Amino acid sequence: MQYNFQWGKMFSGEPAQWMWDGFVTTLQISTISLIASMVLGIIICIMRMTPFKPLQWFSLAFTEFFRNTPLLIQIFFWYNASHVVIPEAINNWLNDLFYWFPGPFSMFGHEFVGEWMLFNVELITGVIALTVYTSAFIAEEIRAGIFSIPKNQLEASRAVGLSFLQGYRFVILPQALRIVIPPLISQALNLIKNSSLCMVIGVGDMMYQAVQIESYHAIPFEAFTVALLIYLTLSLIVSFCINMYNKHFMIQVMY
Amino acid sequence: MHWDIVIDNFDYFLYGNTSIDWVFPFIHRPEGLFAAIILAVLGIFGAFWIGLAAGLMRLSKRMWLKYISVAYIEVIRGCPLLLLIFWFYYLAPVLTGQTMPEFTTTMFCFMIFTGAYVGEIVRAGVLALPKGQLEAARGSGLSQMQAMQFVILPQALRNMIPSFVNQFVSLTKDTSLASILGVIELTRTGVQVDNREMVASFEIWITIGGLYFLICFVLTSYSRRLEAQLSRYQARDR
Repeated sequence: MQYNFQWGKMFSGEPAQWMWDGFVTTLQISTISLIASMVLGIIICIMRMTPFKPLQWFSLAFTEFFRNTPLLIQIFFWYNASHVVIPEAINNWLNDLFYWFPGPFSMFGHEFVGEWMLFNVELITGVIALTVYTSAFIAEEIRAGIFSIPKNQLEASRAVGLSFLQGYRFVILPQALRIVIPPLISQALNLIKNSSLCMVIGVGDMMYQAVQIESYHAIPFEAFTVALLIYLTLSLIVSFCINMYNKHFMIQVMY
Repeated sequence: MHWDIVIDNFDYFLYGNTSIDWVFPFIHRPEGLFAAIILAVLGIFGAFWIGLAAGLMRLSKRMWLKYISVAYIEVIRGCPLLLLIFWFYYLAPVLTGQTMPEFTTTMFCFMIFTGAYVGEIVRAGVLALPKGQLEAARGSGLSQMQAMQFVILPQALRNMIPSFVNQFVSLTKDTSLASILGVIELTRTGVQVDNREMVASFEIWITIGGLYFLICFVLTSYSRRLEAQLSRYQARDR
């Protein structure tokens, strides 16, 4: 089969512009959902560790359910089906968001026009799905980190005269965070990769734009290769950070 | 609520229009949940061998073998599966000279993708064994290959079983991506029924999420139990 490689097309005109749009959208969606999922993950983790049983059960059900169903199904659920369970006021609010920002506006030196605007329903749905999915994993990572610190550390800190919260604040968390941070960074990496799934509901991220370029300009191989290289660069930077972190900050804790 | 639509289409979710007979591939056009399971099983089977090779190559002392494996693992782990599927879908005709069916494409992609992760598991499993095992095997006169084959791998692979099960779970979840390419597996049947009926989105997606959850949760619980069982018989450093 004959295939003409046309790399020049990728780096000029429409395809380059679309790819850049996609890159910006990918960064936006992953940054927003990373911050949100950190917050939600910590909340879920705290719920799991409180002595109040129903909260524990809720947290357990949350993590187990969202870790054991595919992200694609969750995205479809949030986009197609969640309006049945979400109160009508929130539904209306989400649908009206599009009209809050009429006309193009610029951010990060980049013009957002029409459907490329930051606050549309698709992007928010994508953020919700990614946040919920990732926070389940983050909650588990944090819990595993805290549980890897032996319990007698807390007991010893109580015996020294620290209160429960002080024990966590000064003894457990400083040690646990050191263990937790590398897995958290790799969760962030997973989040960037998972954000490519949001294309199925029409979020204009890099994957969506690659498919778009493929169908408009008939250069599939080039488009997907460029997208792959960008994703690869992002993830190599992140894994380089993990390695540097492990080299410089990882202190072997002796028990 | 329209649960009757789900009940009517439940057999379609489970096996779609799969036909089974005595002509060679035996299973023709697998669809629905059945296709997802077939994809996952074939994928993990291929990924095991690829991953075993990649993991052992990464531990090799020959630099070129090691670098090939490191490059493979890092590249595959660094890019999203969806992108890999699309990329391979357009690459395969260029390589083979003929179009490749979607099912086969995704199957190869799952093998290649999961192979990288299994490679890391194999490497971790071999490194987790005490060093004395290899030294003792070499000391009793086995060659490096024999030591690997008869001493290290039988122990390491057994310890890796829980990780393999976890990898299988995440592969089962990943099979949902095949639907984007048009393979009619569980997610795709959901999209089809949802688009046809239009009123029962909530019920359909809850059902399909529940089906995935059932498989994955059972396997995850099983791997947790296995882990607890296996850790008792592990060789340890003194």
